[in-house]
Amino acid sequence: MSDKFKGIEPMVYNSKINVPYSWWAGDTATKFFISLRDEKKIIAPRCTGCKKIFLPPRKVCPECFNENTEWVNVSDEGTVQSYTIARRHLESIPKNKKVPVIWGLIKLDGADTALLHYLDDVRPEDVKIGMRVKAVFADSRKGTIRDISHFQPVKSRV
Amino acid sequence: MDRAAIIGIGMTKIEKNKVRDTFADMVWEAVNSALDDAGMTINDIDNVITTSSDFWDGRTISCMAVGDASGAAHKNVSCVEGDGTYGAFYGMTRSLSGSYKTTLVTGHSKGSQSVSSLITNSAFDPIYERELGMDMITACAMQANSYMHRTKTTPEQMAMVSVKNHGNAFKNPVAQLPMKISVDDVLKSEMIADPLHKLDCSPVSDGCCAIIIAHESVAAKFKQKPVWVKGVSFCADSFFFGDRDISRAKSLTRAAKNAYAMAGINDPKSEIDVAEIYDAFTYQELMWLEEMGLANDAAAGKLLEKGEFNMEGRLPVNASGGLLSGHPVIAAGLYSMSEVVKQIRGDAGEHQVKKAKTGLVQGVNGLGGQSHCVWILDKDK
Repeated sequence: MSDKFKGIEPMVYNSKINVPYSWWAGDTATKFFISLRDEKKIIAPRCTGCKKIFLPPRKVCPECFNENTEWVNVSDEGTVQSYTIARRHLESIPKNKKVPVIWGLIKLDGADTALLHYLDDVRPEDVKIGMRVKAVFADSRKGTIRDISHFQPVKSRV
Repeated sequence: MDRAAIIGIGMTKIEKNKVRDTFADMVWEAVNSALDDAGMTINDIDNVITTSSDFWDGRTISCMAVGDASGAAHKNVSCVEGDGTYGAFYGMTRSLSGSYKTTLVTGHSKGSQSVSSLITNSAFDPIYERELGMDMITACAMQANSYMHRTKTTPEQMAMVSVKNHGNAFKNPVAQLPMKISVDDVLKSEMIADPLHKLDCSPVSDGCCAIIIAHESVAAKFKQKPVWVKGVSFCADSFFFGDRDISRAKSLTRAAKNAYAMAGINDPKSEIDVAEIYDAFTYQELMWLEEMGLANDAAAGKLLEKGEFNMEGRLPVNASGGLLSGHPVIAAGLYSMSEVVKQIRGDAGEHQVKKAKTGLVQGVNGLGGQSHCVWILDKDK
């Protein structure tokens, strides 16, 4: 087969898509974020049918197809269901985070589903499935998921 | 129900960086190869489904970039965003609809042209999750920990998947990454996100695959031996990671059961001869096998150690080298379908397995296998 690029340099066109978006968070997420920001409280909606409590909060129960209208307080403590530790600074990791970055899937006491968030104030080798953790709130809170700074191991009570 | 068959396949070589090919160049090559394989011309194609992702391609309506190269002009063309097996599912329903007889399905992607960590980060919910900075590798690493915790699967067993599949790739001329490696090489490769080492992860790849699906009334009209669709099912699980038990794949179990029932398969372990499984990461091959009932719960690692999934084993899995040896996202499932078609036709060349009457293909999309499509293909109608 003849080389279609013989004597020709293959050209590469470089581009970058950078489009700003402003997503309306919706009334459900807004309620949740305002509670984090103003009261440092984690609240979650409950399905009126199956009574399951969902984190992250959502408006419609995925099982029952009901609108979730009741809100309840859930604990700021929970159990790590799984985790991972990034050793390489993957492009998706925020610039202000240093590796190793640890994420956990955390089922808070009182909730039926688990929340993704950071685990910190813990050595990577000490992170275990089943460990108990507690939310640490950010000092400066803006109404986002990072109003929770991270989760840290629950200190043993004396 | 009316029946459908796959009557042509075509694919480009999977490569790390096809800098010399545009999307359309890859599609042109794969489509012409599928038409040649089927003994058809573009005029024999009634309608076209392209499978592509606007995010990966960096443009909206990404299917329009490949319309000319897939001969879609003046035809009904539609795009599926997801794995190639989902495009094939839609294509098959069109061939069975009565409106069309033959459907050309393409799937293309060029991972090399973007940054997969940023693309897959945008699969996370933008309000609750995205700014935490996870991506496909870290999501699957979390799933791997969960699966290992439940099943006691070891890092060594996972590494053996990489050793096996990279080894199989030597016999597949379109595979990107044939490698002779040891379990130790995998375990000593860079830890990217615990427990996944670099060699537990599939590479970034470019490629395009095309298949032609025909209604039974025209399946024997052209040159190629039809490979029959005996069963197929497509199921999705909850989007949010924390809604699922991520050590399980409930939607895969359901999809497999549906596909087996449709195909009249009672004992998949003994009735499936060959399988192409979505091994984007080593643990996935083991986990998906168990969730589809092709291995007992928590037993796939041990069966792998015994050689059951080798080329000469009870159930050869990823004889092509699998996605660990080349993973053009989106196109991947169509490559797997084409591989099983080749096996069933007896056209797999050096990586032909001994017995290949009935084959299974699995396609996956979403973080940690949110959705799955399972196909049972057969030599006999």
